[in-house]
Amino acid sequence: MQAQFIIASIEAVYEVILNHEAELESLDRAIGDGDHYINISRGLTKLMDLRESLQDLSVDESLNKIAMTLLSTIGGASGPLFASFFMGMAQSFQQPSDMTAKLYANAFSAGVEKLAQRGKSSLGEKTMLDVLIPVADEFKLAADKGLTSKETASALIVTAEKGVLATKELLATKGRAAGLGERAIGHIDPGAKSCQLIIETICKLILR
Amino acid sequence: MKKFINNVDDILVESLKGFATAHKDLVSLHLEPIFLTRKVPSMNKVALISGGGSGHEPLHTGYLGHGMLDAVCPGHVFTSPTPDQMLAAADKVNTEKGILFIVKNYAGDVMNFEMAAEMLPYEVATVLVTDDCAAGDVTAGRGVAGTIIVEKCVGSLAETGANLQACKALGDKVNQRTASMGVALSSCTVPAAGRPTFSLADNEVEMGVGIHGEAGHSRETLRSANEMAAEMLEHILSTLSPTANSEILVLVNGFGNTPLMELYLIYNSVTELLAAKGLKIARSLVGNYTTALDMAGASITLCLLDDEIKQHWDSAVHTPALRWD
Repeated sequence: MQAQFIIASIEAVYEVILNHEAELESLDRAIGDGDHYINISRGLTKLMDLRESLQDLSVDESLNKIAMTLLSTIGGASGPLFASFFMGMAQSFQQPSDMTAKLYANAFSAGVEKLAQRGKSSLGEKTMLDVLIPVADEFKLAADKGLTSKETASALIVTAEKGVLATKELLATKGRAAGLGERAIGHIDPGAKSCQLIIETICKLILR
Repeated sequence: MKKFINNVDDILVESLKGFATAHKDLVSLHLEPIFLTRKVPSMNKVALISGGGSGHEPLHTGYLGHGMLDAVCPGHVFTSPTPDQMLAAADKVNTEKGILFIVKNYAGDVMNFEMAAEMLPYEVATVLVTDDCAAGDVTAGRGVAGTIIVEKCVGSLAETGANLQACKALGDKVNQRTASMGVALSSCTVPAAGRPTFSLADNEVEMGVGIHGEAGHSRETLRSANEMAAEMLEHILSTLSPTANSEILVLVNGFGNTPLMELYLIYNSVTELLAAKGLKIARSLVGNYTTALDMAGASITLCLLDDEIKQHWDSAVHTPALRWD
């Protein structure tokens, strides 16, 4: 993963999230407090300002910088969760090693694990983890099977899509939607949706 | 949306500047990152730091000063503040006695304060406020209006020079003995979102609502104030299980768009309902202390007093929003 790819990813994700403002806002108004889009876009705007300073950084330095920037700009639950993800991922790149598919898959898993620890949550609680955990598993499987990066990207897009749709029928047991009880059923989790959009966007960059 | 706004992105800073200027004898505002401290820092006491999303004023900024908080980190509207704010505030108010975070139990607040505590080089303890019993279990509840009772009592103890463990222990005790429940008559509008967070029909109320306009646990038909107060008290009393001779502190809190006249009317309902159960109200507070922007509605909070809590509730306090000798 080179600096140019990280920067291109930030730009693409920024654009996609901005294009989904109405959708993310209405999902959060339904089972949250309506600020998910505002918070995540504030973080992404700050990352856009950061692009130039990422040019000469190593992957782990870049990911740590992204983590600290998101931590101090997003706030809410998403800030520490996204920050923990990037911190976890950064740790995997600290040791110099070959940039193999396995390394990327393991780094992604390490990020998801840190995020899950921070949120004290796991699969099936109607959160972003319902997208991230299946994607992490699929990513590792693809690396083990020796799939190409394009094959992997295609598989991850499908897995993320399935994960986000699955949140619709779940009861929320973590986060603000938890107070809603059964009334949360029938609604997609906004955090899961933004994660799915981010994963899909970065995978599409790989497919291009 | 009809609000007093210049630029929606400047709401927080402009409001804080106005607050800090209006109370310049009591507080100082620091920018980049944003936090507020007492005008005159206190020495030799545990430093109490709280914070949370904005839109709940006077919580927490209004409780800065002698007898309550040492620093406050306000986040964007309904969004928790970030660890860099807490680190900067801690650097400013830290003494050798350590730092106590008072945190409302919301995922974002919990995680941001937790990360700040991990990063701080000082001794830090946290009191998690969980008084909302709408979910039926006080330990899993959200932190709502009962927070000010925790901040008042721990603030009083900290002024005596008590150590960090003692301050945390009192905070935990007050939290255990405090329960709240709210009801919304209307939604609120987050300025940056520009429209109401949820909608209620003219004859509907949201029972068990939180302080962010997040929906509560049930949508009900509007009933008399007595009936709604009775329902809320039932949840609160089953959570606290007071004994016949318990002394109680009652806080009737407005969410921002309900007139004081109605809040006193609810307080009247509460006094009659508690009297009928043989429970004694020893202290009371009625007003807008933990709001949810422009939401109409109110919450009822009960705290089971003991001699220690009563003493610390009664002690002198001098803050913008709570002041007695």
